[in-house]
Amino acid sequence: MNQIIKVESFSENVVQLVVHAPRIARSRKPGHFIILRIDEKGERIPLTIAAADEKAGTITLVAQKVGVTSKRLCEMKAGDQILDLVGPLGKATHIHKVGTVLACGGGVGVAPLLPIVEGFKKAGNRVITILAARSKDLIILEDEIRKWSDEVIVMTDDGSHGRKGLVTAGAEEIIKREKVDECVAIGPAIMMKFTSLLTLKYGIPTQASLNAIMVDGTGMCGACRVSVGGQTMFTCVDGPEFDASKIDFDELMLRLGGYKAEEKEAFERFMQTVTV
Amino acid sequence: MQEYLKQEREQAWRVELRGKIKNKDRGLIERVKMPEMKAMKRVCFQNKEVNLGLDAKSAVRESQRCMDCVNPTCIEGCPVSINIPKFIKNIERGEFADAAKTLKETSALPAVCGRVCPQEKQCEANCFYTLKLKKDPVAIGYLERFAADYERESGQIAVPEVAPKNGIKVAAIGSGPASLSFAGDMIKLGYEVTVFEALHEIGGVLKYGIPEFRLPNKVVDVELQNLEQMGVRFERNFIVGRTASFDDLKDEGYQAFFVASGAGLPRFMNIPGENYNGILSSNEYLTRVNLMNASDDRFDTPVLRGKNVAVIGGGNTAMDSVRTAKRLGAERAMIVYRRSREEMPARVEEVHHAEEEGIEFINLANPIAYDADDKGRVKSMTLQRMELGAPDASGRRRPVVIEGSEYEIPVDVVIVAIGVSPNPLVPSELPELKVSRWGTIEVDAESMQSSMPELFAGGDIVRGGATVILAMGDGRRAAAGMHNYLQGK
Repeated sequence: MNQIIKVESFSENVVQLVVHAPRIARSRKPGHFIILRIDEKGERIPLTIAAADEKAGTITLVAQKVGVTSKRLCEMKAGDQILDLVGPLGKATHIHKVGTVLACGGGVGVAPLLPIVEGFKKAGNRVITILAARSKDLIILEDEIRKWSDEVIVMTDDGSHGRKGLVTAGAEEIIKREKVDECVAIGPAIMMKFTSLLTLKYGIPTQASLNAIMVDGTGMCGACRVSVGGQTMFTCVDGPEFDASKIDFDELMLRLGGYKAEEKEAFERFMQTVTV
Repeated sequence: MQEYLKQEREQAWRVELRGKIKNKDRGLIERVKMPEMKAMKRVCFQNKEVNLGLDAKSAVRESQRCMDCVNPTCIEGCPVSINIPKFIKNIERGEFADAAKTLKETSALPAVCGRVCPQEKQCEANCFYTLKLKKDPVAIGYLERFAADYERESGQIAVPEVAPKNGIKVAAIGSGPASLSFAGDMIKLGYEVTVFEALHEIGGVLKYGIPEFRLPNKVVDVELQNLEQMGVRFERNFIVGRTASFDDLKDEGYQAFFVASGAGLPRFMNIPGENYNGILSSNEYLTRVNLMNASDDRFDTPVLRGKNVAVIGGGNTAMDSVRTAKRLGAERAMIVYRRSREEMPARVEEVHHAEEEGIEFINLANPIAYDADDKGRVKSMTLQRMELGAPDASGRRRPVVIEGSEYEIPVDVVIVAIGVSPNPLVPSELPELKVSRWGTIEVDAESMQSSMPELFAGGDIVRGGATVILAMGDGRRAAAGMHNYLQGK
């Protein structure tokens, strides 16, 4: 079993968990994710590996309360066990020396972005990171991101931290100011869509890391399928990163809502069992 | 093999049994019917088995039909070469536990095979009754199930003998029927066997694919416990090549690998609208229901329910999916298959059961597009009618489009069950491994050895989509092949 070593709350709804998983800590690379199941009645959900400590044999995960499983996960404590944890899954990010990299992270998307930022910095690139969220308490991992970035711009929708505005405003400012060779965007689908439209306009190659619905995470079911350049791909084995200019984001957003009614029902049932 | 069969046949008790009833009288007994739960009742339960199994009296009666042939051709039809007359004659003399023991000489999963093997194409197709008498064959599958169930329910489960440990570590990758069969044979030979499974449960398709109403999980679990008692180790949530590399495992002392990672990659048709919500692979649908218990509110995994559910395909997976849809409350649960009923690859028994349960068959039709509502949820499908033309390479008549025959039907869930491709996870980690252009691992047909000497493979990763029992046969051959290889090193 996989013991939770440390829990840290970033905000009311966002929690960072350090979990004992020595094999995964050793073999994971930036861009990889895991699938976990909390207990016997649990569902399997994917989470990106935000960091790993090979010596301590731990990986770091960040979860945001949105449904039954993430809520249960966010309420777990140090010492608790996660029944099933499998990985590392997906293709690792193609990290190379390219020049200047613009990294855009939205909300909890900053967690999977962190190892990628670190990787590009270590590979000798100039890295500029835009952190964006609705408000101040949803900006996470700012210090860690600063450690591996040459420059960080913080954007909030309500202006409660950094500058007021969307991620694209910060990104466009950088693009207009200096030559950007590559862009990475991770966050809500809508944020990646508009970041991609912006960088496409300037001809900057852009990778987006998709957060599709998954079941097994090993290519077995196709729940996570997405259209890339007109072809059906499986996010869990062909991705999670794809050339953003080729992704059908509108289809992705529709598919993310594929179980909305069932999820809502499950959440209501769960809240009843909690309050009774 | 021949010598062993002959010796067993000459045992006094079998000679005596043969003398008790004349073959002419044996031939007059009618084949037993499998009792089953009524269709109207069983569609209310996702998890109640349809076939109820034979009672002892009818099992003994059925076993009397077997003439204990000098040349038991039935065995040739069995991919794992079960000593069929020996186990059946044990039933006839009332030694049910010995019958179960006989099964386990060569099969790691008798209770499973007795339920899901297509016996009509294998052992029973080669029964003397079928070949020479043109009568219904001995119900070998029912009797196998009876013996295995008897042993399980008696609580006195015999653990087969294993050779003393030889200290050699081997790994099986994937925990489906091929691996389990391999593991059973290797552990008997004295190897230290670890089975690595990517999912959180052992069993492969037996757990995520075949539904409870055909194969209860508790039946599989007992056979898994048996392997565990023999010394097989199971590692769940472990993807060889990812969680640890092949080199890591070699460093940990593993000397040879058996890859049986299956054909888990679902195929889609790549037609317009196929990515709308509500359209999913049979693998996803069955995994949610069977592995994740999604039909039960107490579990967190959701499943889509619909009024009009169409399943595309005509194999066993399609039958399992459509019968599951019926049990999840579909008003119209439909099979859409591009050929006619005769060409359906599903077992006749499953098609018959589906029909009894009110499944609608739309034959000679193929979907060409889907339409959705404004939320992206599928609402209809366009079908095109087909007719049968000349036979193709597989010998089946090829479906040909009837131009201008398109029509639309309402659907809110569509399950695509048109087949699977080999899982690419393992081959993608081993660039030097020889694979075919279909992605299957190429092996020597006898030893199951791949282009990498220490790596053997079997089951669907070698065959593409096939059956449980063929996978088990591969597992047995690979075990023999690997044993040869390791002893010759």
